[in-house]
Amino acid sequence: MLSTNNTGAIVNFLGTVREKDKKNKKILSMTLEHYPLMTENEILKIAEQATKKWDINCVSIIHRIGKLYPKEKIVYVGVSSKHRQNAFDACSFIMDYLKSNATFWKLEEFEHTKKWVIQDKKEIEALKKWS
Amino acid sequence: MVSFIEKFINMIIRYFSWVKDIVGKSEEIISISSDIDTPEKLIDHLIKKDEKYKKAFDKRNVIKVAQNKIYISKSTKIKNDDEIAFFPPVTGG
Repeated sequence: MLSTNNTGAIVNFLGTVREKDKKNKKILSMTLEHYPLMTENEILKIAEQATKKWDINCVSIIHRIGKLYPKEKIVYVGVSSKHRQNAFDACSFIMDYLKSNATFWKLEEFEHTKKWVIQDKKEIEALKKWS
Repeated sequence: MVSFIEKFINMIIRYFSWVKDIVGKSEEIISISSDIDTPEKLIDHLIKKDEKYKKAFDKRNVIKVAQNKIYISKSTKIKNDDEIAFFPPVTGG
């Protein structure tokens, strides 16, 4: 699907579950909670913004929910365009906005505890480069 | 003689992530005075109701709000039959 419409470049991004948290503690599993329908609306808005901002052909976004284990895939973003820079930029833009706007929350599970992940301020700062 | 009839409005409130854990439920239907017409006032109302809301909204500036699944500010007008959601900054991706 991504290779239609005179495509010269396809950029794929795949996010995976880390094996350790920021404090180097072993993660046993990670549960992704989300807000049904709002999540889909936000993802669609982000894809539409990217389509307006860059000359791109197709966008594909998949985000998993529920219980995941280290090394498993969490998120996929694929963007196709005639020229590679538009696909690189649009893919990066989509990931930055997914991280800051799409209504998902990660719960990390360790040997004896569970912990909700706190949003990194860098994720919000990352949006500045697109304004 | 002055007569006063208090109007009530109904709302579904949804909670996610650690806000849900502290409040102890993922959603509830509430009937409140129509004077409570912003998320800010709704939070003020909830924290008076129970200690767990007080704890959940302790750092209220951090908490995000959605009205019918769209992000809003805490001063946006809310109305009867709205679905209001409270949640921490998102961490997906």
